Amino acid sequence: MSRDLNNPFSPFTGRRCPAGADEGQRQRRQESLPRAAVPLLGFGRLLRRYGFAVSPEQISAFMQAVTLLGPRSMADIREAALATLAPPPDRRDEFEAHFQSHFYGSTSAVIEADADEEIRIKDDGGADDKRIEAEHRQEGGELSSALEQLSSRDFQRDDHSLTAFRRKLSSALPARRSFRTVRTPSRGKLDLRRSLREIVSADGDVPSPLLRRRQTVPRKLLLLIDVSGSMKLHTADYLKLAHAAVQGADRAEIFTFGTRLTRITSALRIRDRDQALARAAAQVDDWDGGTRMGPTLLAFLSVPRFSSFARGAAVVILSDALERGDHAELETAMRRLSARAFRLSLATPLAGDPRFRPATAALRAILPDLDDLIDGSSLASLTGFILSLARPAPAAETIWKRVS
Amino acid sequence: MPEVNAETVATSPEAVAQHLAASRYLADDSLATAIFLAIRLGKPLLLEGAPGVGKTEAAKAIAELLGRDLVRLQCYEGIDAAHALYEWNYQRQLLAIRHAGEHEIDIYDDRFLIARPLLQVLRAPEQRVLLVDEIDRSDHEFEALLLEFLSDFQISIPERGTIRAAAQPIVILTSNRTRELAEALRRRCVYHWIGYPDAEREAAIIMLRAGDVAQATARAVAAAVQTIRARPLAKPPGIAEAVEWANAATILEKGGSPWPEAFRRAIGVLIKDEEDLSYITPVLGRIVEEALG
Repeated sequence: MSRDLNNPFSPFTGRRCPAGADEGQRQRRQESLPRAAVPLLGFGRLLRRYGFAVSPEQISAFMQAVTLLGPRSMADIREAALATLAPPPDRRDEFEAHFQSHFYGSTSAVIEADADEEIRIKDDGGADDKRIEAEHRQEGGELSSALEQLSSRDFQRDDHSLTAFRRKLSSALPARRSFRTVRTPSRGKLDLRRSLREIVSADGDVPSPLLRRRQTVPRKLLLLIDVSGSMKLHTADYLKLAHAAVQGADRAEIFTFGTRLTRITSALRIRDRDQALARAAAQVDDWDGGTRMGPTLLAFLSVPRFSSFARGAAVVILSDALERGDHAELETAMRRLSARAFRLSLATPLAGDPRFRPATAALRAILPDLDDLIDGSSLASLTGFILSLARPAPAAETIWKRVS
Repeated sequence: MPEVNAETVATSPEAVAQHLAASRYLADDSLATAIFLAIRLGKPLLLEGAPGVGKTEAAKAIAELLGRDLVRLQCYEGIDAAHALYEWNYQRQLLAIRHAGEHEIDIYDDRFLIARPLLQVLRAPEQRVLLVDEIDRSDHEFEALLLEFLSDFQISIPERGTIRAAAQPIVILTSNRTRELAEALRRRCVYHWIGYPDAEREAAIIMLRAGDVAQATARAVAAAVQTIRARPLAKPPGIAEAVEWANAATILEKGGSPWPEAFRRAIGVLIKDEEDLSYITPVLGRIVEEALG
């Protein structure tokens, strides 16, 4: 590392932070800060500009850490940055590239994270919703061009049903008992803590005992939306449904898949639907492409954070399940998914046709793992179905055997 | 245990690494730096990583390095203040009230107070290290409670008043990253992501941790485990599993199985998922032979 010989603390004095706009402000700051600390501060601001959440507290910890470590080499500064600025593990490569470009001034560090991975996974996890909203207002026209195409079939009727869906969703989702307890007037276990306080304040008399019982909370809802070419007619509706779901349910996660997997949940958290959908549309790279349902679902399951979300959740896959070629991977993925999920449902637009039968090899193979195989051709049938998730229904295989 | 001043042990990241090695824990530079910074900056240390990369072991080694007791708080869904901070011993209180009869009695005395991990550490910050294990399993309410604790290091008990820590306690948090932690919590901590070690380090860890394993075996195990981890498994084996595998294979070999066969037979301690097992079994022979060769 010949570059290490350039101790950052001497040559840095002349260097400017890259692409800084507010020169005056920095001048002022430079007066109060030791000169060697300026690049450290600049690095924090650079990271912020690229959407890393870096707090002032972290930057001062970063400076303290660098002082504590010596710093004897650039490696020390790097370690200090990693430990105190805490980049999320999936953005580590990007972080490295920014570090290289800031402290070594190498401009060649083009950020292209995990390009060699077979199935690419995009997670907008750390992105800041407010910033997105502000950004979008400025360049709304360009961003929403994809959306316009999508929402060309915007009906008033759909809006009403979606609003109703959003309101009902939270109470209609299947419930489970939480480990947290709540006070209850009847049917529960003795709440010793409160009862004792009552007893003490009543001077030793034993009034009627106070009770607690375990709370019930709605289960998580996970929507996996197919955005491949064959689903083109329906993706716009599905995204609207997803937006209503995210707004209505306490815990919902939305992913799109085609040739790759994209998490769009935080984009859909924006309250305004058009903005949210435009943002989501911009995030998805594989509109109207092919489907690789098996591999993308396996990719979903291989990320512990995602697959743990499927655990105990109501999982609804919105796809025609037209898997080209070998469907062995799809079968494995569905088996694993159904083992994790509370209820696994597949909504296919093809089932809107009364002559539809699960006859393709892929559908026949995954039918035993499905709890429901339902009609996904219209918003009305989908919202109706999701609102009925809490009610038991016979397994998909039984129903479709009866039909055929 | 001899009490050690934190500042004298943690003079540099290298010193920390050496002390950890003496406690049979091999830390890479980056982890040693994070531990050093956490101790010296007086911030909690947040360790994230896949299951089985040695997060809890790291906490134990840090406690040993400082010559302090480790107080462990295992998180789970629904954990609340009564499990983490303190609880009154209600039965004893009731008995005491009855026993006292007409006499005055203080039912909020120390003998009725059950100190849970956070309070235990608060009372003796110089003798204890707090480990909050698998914080991603707890819910948001508990995370908020913890955040409050970590910023002020004080607990208020309505009947007793506020208890403050005399010194800044050392706190280690671990997470399997099954969900995203609150940004505020990440911000407050020194952060380190523990990945799987490279083959060489893993071999060294196996040598250190396993009972009686030859160096060649440790190397082979490390190489084979690296290859296995690269495959798309539902549950990739951790370091603990690799150590177990080396141990099990050695035992089998002493019982008379030849080498490749011993590895194959002991696979049950390495891979504990039926699907993974059926996926890896056909290629296992080749992987082991490559690792041995």
